[in-house]
Amino acid sequence: MTVRVRYFASLCDRLGRAEDRLDAADGLTVAGVWAALHREMPLPPNALAAVNMEYAGLEHEVRDGDEVAFFPPVTGG
Amino acid sequence: MRIELRKAPFEPLVELERHQRMSTGLAGRCGATAIFIGTMRDFNDGDAVQGMVLEYYPGMTEKYLRRIVETASREWPLLEVLVVHRVGELRSSDPIVLVAVWAEHRAPAFSACRSIMEELKSKAPFWKRETTAAGSRWVEHNTPG
Repeated sequence: MTVRVRYFASLCDRLGRAEDRLDAADGLTVAGVWAALHREMPLPPNALAAVNMEYAGLEHEVRDGDEVAFFPPVTGG
Repeated sequence: MRIELRKAPFEPLVELERHQRMSTGLAGRCGATAIFIGTMRDFNDGDAVQGMVLEYYPGMTEKYLRRIVETASREWPLLEVLVVHRVGELRSSDPIVLVAVWAEHRAPAFSACRSIMEELKSKAPFWKRETTAAGSRWVEHNTPG
């Protein structure tokens, strides 16, 4: 499967890019997507994740064509 | 219901007046209007702040703002809701957010306005990066209220 992975705010700055494309075997979770792309950097404990623009837990299973996003706590308003 | 993201500065009271005038169902029915306006301060965490950039997640931000307003509309009897939120580069004293709620009575107007604002703060994907004399930094968390 192929997923588009996006990063926002401080996470985007730390990684030095706004997105990745991941080709992986089926059955990967959100946590697995991060681990597959960032072996040297654990996901920051306060980071949030979304799948197809819906908040998702780290154990949420990702499907082919999904858009996965990782970002820090939100600070709008 | 109207929800807008704005890349340029906006005048909350002008928006409010315009929206109220266009919402023809309010005349004679609306007995209470509750308004929240959030404005950019020139200080944060003990430092002078010169400017700010508001980043968002196009698509998800609008989706969550809409959902937050729809949830409030189910919980309280509301006549109309307006949410305007800035994105992009802001300067000190720029309005950041306007939440306006029209209802027949003050209790649902006050409660829904507060609830929409708190939900927006905790769920809508926006991120602030502020510029201080020492450079720019991401705001790591919102103030409790």
